Amino acid sequence: MLEIEIDGNKIQMTAGGTIMEAAAQIGIYIPHFCYHKKLSIAANCRMCLVQVEKAAKPLPACATPITDGMKVFTKSDYAVKAQKGVMEFLLINHPLDCPICDQGGECSLQDLAVGYGGSSSRYQEAKRVVKEKDLGPLVATDMTRCIHCTRCVRFGQEIAGIMEMGQVGRGEHSEIMPFISKTIDSELSGNIIDLCPVGALTSKPFRYTARSWELSRRKSVSPHDGLGSNLIVQVKDSRVMRVLPLENEAVNECWLSDKDRFAYEGLNSEQRLSRPMLKQDGKWLEVDWQTALEYVANGLKQIREQHGADSIGALATSHQTVEELYLLQKLMRGLGTGNVDSRLAQADFRLDASLQGAPWLGMAVADISKLQRVLVIGSTLRNDHPLLAHRLRQAVKHGAQLNLVNPVDDDLLTKLANKAIVAPQAMVNTLAQIALALAEATQTELPAAIKAVLADVTVGAAARAIAASLTGAERRAVFLGNLAQHHPQYADLHSLAEVIARLAGANFGCLGESANSVGAYIAGAVPSKSGLKAGMNAAAMMATPRKAYLLLGAEPELDCNDPAAAMHALQSADMVVAMSAYKHSALEYADVLLPIAPFSETSGTFISTEGRVQSFNGTVKPLGETRPAWKVLRVLGTMLGVKGFDYDTSEAVRQDALGSNGLAAGVLNNSLSGPVLQSAAITDTLTRVGEVPMYQADAIVRRAASLHSTRAAALPNASMHSALLARLGLADGAMVTVRQGEARAVVRALADDHLPDHCVRLAAAHPLTATLGAMLGEVSVERA
Amino acid sequence: MVIKGGEVIFNTVHLPESWKLSTYVANGGYAALRKILSEKTSAETIIAEVKKSALRGRGGAGFPTGLKWSFMPRHFDGDKYLVCNSDEGEPGTFKDRDIMQLNPHALIEGMAIAAYTLGTRRGYNYIHGEIWETYERMEAAVEEAKAAGFLGDNICGTDFSFHLFNHHGYGAYICGEETALLESIEGKKGQPRFKPPFPASFGLYGKPTTINNTETFASIPYIIREGGQKFLELGKPNNGGTKLFSVSGHVNRPGNFEVPMGTPFAELLEMAGGIRDGHTFKACIPGGSSTPVLPAEIMMQCTMDYDSIAKAGSALGAGSVIIMDETVCMVKALERLSYFYFEESCGQCTPCREGTGWLYRVIHRIEHGQGRPEDLDLLSDVAHNIGGRTICGLGDAAAMPVQAMLKHYRHEFEHHIEHGKCMV
Repeated sequence: MLEIEIDGNKIQMTAGGTIMEAAAQIGIYIPHFCYHKKLSIAANCRMCLVQVEKAAKPLPACATPITDGMKVFTKSDYAVKAQKGVMEFLLINHPLDCPICDQGGECSLQDLAVGYGGSSSRYQEAKRVVKEKDLGPLVATDMTRCIHCTRCVRFGQEIAGIMEMGQVGRGEHSEIMPFISKTIDSELSGNIIDLCPVGALTSKPFRYTARSWELSRRKSVSPHDGLGSNLIVQVKDSRVMRVLPLENEAVNECWLSDKDRFAYEGLNSEQRLSRPMLKQDGKWLEVDWQTALEYVANGLKQIREQHGADSIGALATSHQTVEELYLLQKLMRGLGTGNVDSRLAQADFRLDASLQGAPWLGMAVADISKLQRVLVIGSTLRNDHPLLAHRLRQAVKHGAQLNLVNPVDDDLLTKLANKAIVAPQAMVNTLAQIALALAEATQTELPAAIKAVLADVTVGAAARAIAASLTGAERRAVFLGNLAQHHPQYADLHSLAEVIARLAGANFGCLGESANSVGAYIAGAVPSKSGLKAGMNAAAMMATPRKAYLLLGAEPELDCNDPAAAMHALQSADMVVAMSAYKHSALEYADVLLPIAPFSETSGTFISTEGRVQSFNGTVKPLGETRPAWKVLRVLGTMLGVKGFDYDTSEAVRQDALGSNGLAAGVLNNSLSGPVLQSAAITDTLTRVGEVPMYQADAIVRRAASLHSTRAAALPNASMHSALLARLGLADGAMVTVRQGEARAVVRALADDHLPDHCVRLAAAHPLTATLGAMLGEVSVERA
Repeated sequence: MVIKGGEVIFNTVHLPESWKLSTYVANGGYAALRKILSEKTSAETIIAEVKKSALRGRGGAGFPTGLKWSFMPRHFDGDKYLVCNSDEGEPGTFKDRDIMQLNPHALIEGMAIAAYTLGTRRGYNYIHGEIWETYERMEAAVEEAKAAGFLGDNICGTDFSFHLFNHHGYGAYICGEETALLESIEGKKGQPRFKPPFPASFGLYGKPTTINNTETFASIPYIIREGGQKFLELGKPNNGGTKLFSVSGHVNRPGNFEVPMGTPFAELLEMAGGIRDGHTFKACIPGGSSTPVLPAEIMMQCTMDYDSIAKAGSALGAGSVIIMDETVCMVKALERLSYFYFEESCGQCTPCREGTGWLYRVIHRIEHGQGRPEDLDLLSDVAHNIGGRTICGLGDAAAMPVQAMLKHYRHEFEHHIEHGKCMV
């Protein structure tokens, strides 16, 4: 331990720390711009110059390592003179246009200028003007304000994993810019807005819509991916104006993915449903809540009487809160059916009988960056889990080996130790190979049941390399991604992944697809939870259509694994009740639309993929006659005469759903009572790889206009290997008809030699492909 | 241009084709390398010899070479690098160019000896961007040395291997700063790194690296061949050996002069043919444009070594002596110098990026008759706020000429401000 003294305060610290870190520990603020605790040290702004005893010149606190007995003065005349000198330099070429700058009121330069700047400038020469840069639809620039701290540059290099900004030119003419005619396309790009200490980089969607001091800051939790990022929702006049990260080192650190940050535009979409609506004689009428709910209650009662309770099905998305999902399943089971499911994108439910608990990450999010050996199976990781991808990048930076079994070879912006890029129908076989190689390496006998299925599997080089990687080091993990969970052989993949994890001594985790994937299981919004009445799963409710459907937040044409089947089922139903925040294509097949509040307008709880239970309050008043879904379900339950619906608060619902002592041990569990393994044979049927595009993953983000102007939101194409294109007699770039059974869509074919043979990559969950069948189903392609 | 031969580096410049390997070997070249390789001289012995010679870094800072070499971690598993800084780019400097042009093998042998001593297997010679012929001359010399077995694998039949590469820069002054130079070799934008860590522990590609100037390396063969004591005795205590002085400006015979350390300035001026005819000596910048200017009467009292010039209030720098006669307007001279630093600032850190332009613009205004009475205090203050506040020495280099000019020639600046024109 070293002892140093800062402004007369003694502090002990281990060697290797800097003056800045030591000062922060004892609450002494040293002014700075370029320093950021998550980024490398640049020491270029010089604002943090301090006086150090016996040093010949003022030293930058951010970059000066502490030494034993060091005496530092951060507020001495000497130090302050140096700091003021730097501030004067920073301001001479700064436009001082605070009144028209979006950063005004939350600007480090503005704040520090109050303390260290002069009231008038000694600089009488012409000021520098810097040309604007086009960084794309999310980040607005005003580069004349830039103070060259390079935080945005370092963020790209060190966190986002891709250098999209740099400093070109020299001296006074140096400029921070993206590559010529390139935009910033990282899925984490919005963070440079927070990092920028001045108004050079600001939010384009938010630009000029409010001043920072007019906004209220309200805590919330992201309703998008399974991470459960902590948010500060900024509100003005009952409208969400902007979303910023709420720092939580264990979850999102100080970052947000662009989806978490900019999806709020969807909350203010024109498509918001603000009054209940009823379809009468083919026409939609706005009605009051009483009329709408009575209609729903009577309809459900009638259908139950005529066809039995099992003729009713409920489909929810796992973006809904625990409270809402709990009440939905309670309502269904109260009506006498277990037909409720929230796993709309799942195709294979064979696991339901053997799954021991709610599938989850299997570990803490924060520990991901400390992993040493990782296998990710079936995931468009950067799209689905941008910040988990970042955690894995940090792990690789510290020496971890990342291995991948995937049907697509998207750049993860980090080094991959080994990868097996195989068509979806070969994934089970690949996992089987890895399991066999691991059994061999660890000299473990596989259970007879597994061995029998794997008898014909030959271990290849890639599988052997992945197995070898997984036997090294100490902290290991195997993760199943969204593509694996949507896979028609999910049960086989899950079973083998568990075997692999057990053989490797690795943590086994499922990457939670949505904000409340874990919560939906725990709340019982699945047809198979033990102790609750069993029913049909999402696929079965589509395959054998029900007479009535209750949709909670679901847009089946986009959320379901097989939209064609879903549409068929819904269109043939007697009654469809859509509880949604939006007017969507339910207008075509539903009979009642009930406007329910999105996360920003209700209180509720999400359970993140790591099992973190996060409750939140509404941040704005519900739009129009919108009501929180838990209240709607409460009234519906009462109207239908179901017992136990007399809740006063969402907290009471939560209490019922989760108890008061946190999650019970064993609730989160990925293990199976026994492997569900059918076959490891590889077919050569042409298979679709239908991933969910980043900005199509939930109802809110689907309506976030700015995100839909990014490159990531481009129209889906049918990409395939050029050899496959040639075999099909198709030209690269030609329009093609893609068929899945009766369903068809016309899209552009593109050659992509990173894809394996025997598969066509065509995104799902997109209006263009919403007419098609299963996400990873059989497909045929022909000239349009 | 005049080249005056000397004992250590320019010992063969009078011979035809002095740059050829044959000429170099015929005059005792590579004997030192052969000697240490055959005798398996220990690194400690060599470093002790270099320390004894009192050789100080010839790139400008004058740091004792033997001491610098002793910083290199001796027992380090993995790569270590040796780098020669031939990125001579400061106004007034042109000695390294002539060393590489006229005696390239002295540099190669010096680097090979250093590599042997420091346990490095790989070296880079970073050559300034604007000297194409010199780069080609150096490439040819490296090829000759390789063919003769003085570079490459198993040098002189021993198990010592050293690979030397010439790296042609692109002409940025900042790349003469050693850490910017390392960044540039790595293929990055030439910007100085914050120190610590110093190159001896975190240098090229993050590995331990020793960087010396061309002239420093070129002095090594003599020290090993003739002994540190003899080198020391060529000069004076704490200022061993001979030194190349590049004399430019208003003299009759500008050129490079190899003279013993401690030679009186008056003698050096004499060698350069004295002040151009019919003019009087006004001022001298003794060590390259970044060193403070000294008036003639002070300069005439100095001897040419680190200590004497430092005592007079300037620095020996790289030994780049810029002579100015009475026709020079100091405001215009400073305007030109300040423009150089404004143009060459890398833009990384605030005081230099913003301050050098400010300095230049104010001086430009004064030179063009737009000066204000408060400008001189402003200049002094701005220079003060740059100096010692930056990542590298460029900030100091930009600030020092301003402060020195204002100290010695303030009246010329005042005259300019008052009358809107030159007093000379």
